[in-house]
Amino acid sequence: MKYQSQKVAYAYFLVAMALFAIQVLGGLIAGWIYVSPNFLSELLPFNIVRMLHTNALVVWLLLGFFGAAFYLIPEESEREIYSVPLAYLQLLILVVGTLGAVLTYLFNPFPGNWLLGMQGREFIEQPMWVKLGILVAALMFLFNISMTVLAGRKTAISNVLLTGLWLLSLLWLFALVNPDNLSLDKMYWWFVIHLWVEATWELVMASILAFLLLKLTGVDREIVEKWLYVIVATALFSGILGTGHHFYWIGLPGYWQWIGSIFSTLEVIPFFLMMSFAFVMVWKGRRNHPNKAALLWSLGASTVAFFGAGVWGFLHTLHGVNFYSHGTQITAAHGHLAFYGAYVATNLAVMSYAIPHLRGRDPYNQVLNMASFWLMTGGMAFMTFVLTFAGTIQTHMQRVLGEGFMEVQEGLSLFYMMRFGSGLAVVIGALLFIYAMMVPRRELFVRDAKTAQVGE
Amino acid sequence: MSEILTKSRARNIFYGGSLFFVAIFGVLSFHSHRYVVNTSTAGMPLTEAVVLGKHVWERHSCINCHTLHGEGAYFAPELGNVMSRWGTLDDPETAYEILDGWMKSQPSGVEGRRQMPYFELTEEEMRGLAEFLRWADQTDTQGWPPNDAG
Repeated sequence: MKYQSQKVAYAYFLVAMALFAIQVLGGLIAGWIYVSPNFLSELLPFNIVRMLHTNALVVWLLLGFFGAAFYLIPEESEREIYSVPLAYLQLLILVVGTLGAVLTYLFNPFPGNWLLGMQGREFIEQPMWVKLGILVAALMFLFNISMTVLAGRKTAISNVLLTGLWLLSLLWLFALVNPDNLSLDKMYWWFVIHLWVEATWELVMASILAFLLLKLTGVDREIVEKWLYVIVATALFSGILGTGHHFYWIGLPGYWQWIGSIFSTLEVIPFFLMMSFAFVMVWKGRRNHPNKAALLWSLGASTVAFFGAGVWGFLHTLHGVNFYSHGTQITAAHGHLAFYGAYVATNLAVMSYAIPHLRGRDPYNQVLNMASFWLMTGGMAFMTFVLTFAGTIQTHMQRVLGEGFMEVQEGLSLFYMMRFGSGLAVVIGALLFIYAMMVPRRELFVRDAKTAQVGE
Repeated sequence: MSEILTKSRARNIFYGGSLFFVAIFGVLSFHSHRYVVNTSTAGMPLTEAVVLGKHVWERHSCINCHTLHGEGAYFAPELGNVMSRWGTLDDPETAYEILDGWMKSQPSGVEGRRQMPYFELTEEEMRGLAEFLRWADQTDTQGWPPNDAG
């Protein structure tokens, strides 16, 4: 850690990891309800559990991004963060907002209240006061980071990161409007959901990845940054009109079927480039960095993102296919692997890299960390396979043969049991990751020789 | 390749190209907005009851079990075409009665079957919800879903 103010990132990562634990435990409960539907059915119905699962995910990923920005911007800009108290105040607002959202979901104390009530649009169910709090926190963050970058060295990494964060914050404004017309509601809802995860978040992911590869492999900055611009160009060129693949069946014009099919096919390219980028940099790199776990997570993130977001996304994105597969377990399979690979693994990569620096010690217990990578990745891959099989059967029986939803679901119970098992592996992996980050104070399996110094 | 595509050119392509695609997306979104209002959802007026129903739908987080036009959770049946499935697309009174009967019998408590919670709704809210689902069902969704199973 070169700059004192980077320490802010540690607080963000801690809260992110706590929410990560809550997120996967929520997922485990939801997975169990699929196996045993009467479980908690009156106390904690499925819709509440799912809100906790998805919202905790989004909030912890964002906290991880904020933490990553507070960690890497000082190094990129070569100066301290503009205001450290502002960064902590921002975190406080986000924590209070998160607690408020959780309590609102659990007890729904103000149903229908415009300010305090749960809003009930998928993923952006937060009450209005929480949404406004998120907006304020985002503005504080943008001000803080922009002032730091403007005063210091400007690099492609900080440019792209800032562009991504500014755009995603501006898109949040669409979460504040809820048209009465359902089709309009859905259209503008995708301005937030799609243009976050399939456009602006890719900018954040690519810049974090570029930063990590720069540090871990020692490849020349010019090369890394040129790759970065090419990657994010393909991400936005494909991703913006790729929004069309959500516009097929919600009451929008038919031309989106062609625009969506063509551009969302191109959405595979940035993920393929990110994967190639990671491996090419590692091959080119001369540096033998001691933090093998961070390298594993970086390579793993780009690879699993390519399969989860790229391949599994393409699998059902053509409108002729999507007509049958839309809104089945195929979507669930894709969603899980894509989020895990692209955003969870990227966050865990930057945490694996930064937390040892932030705590001022060697990157110990890499064996545990790497074991957690394989547990989580293996579990998530298996979950994706079983949900894909379940979704294929569901698509055929329900969409082609026209059998009723509930009858078809009963026939899928074996897949849901296997999904629960794979989910358990993911939860154990997640808890192991947190343990490996926080607890052990020395390497469990000592390497014969320490070659490189811990520093950069 | 490396001489032609310098870092600053790559950067300019990124910013310029992105603005170009944002502009196209903006124009198409504007057209789509008008298409929704004037064409695809114009089959039934957007009454106060429909709007109330939409808010009832939202404040009870229905989307986190069901799907609506294929979007939502995949835990419970599709509701974008539920009124067609019930044969009540053009019959508000029967639509309300069936919906009311169904929702008041939840949770079924049947062992091994997915449970829908009981929701405390007024008659006005229940009628609104039925109207909202009829309104959603009349939307022109390009022929989706493929059949009544949703």
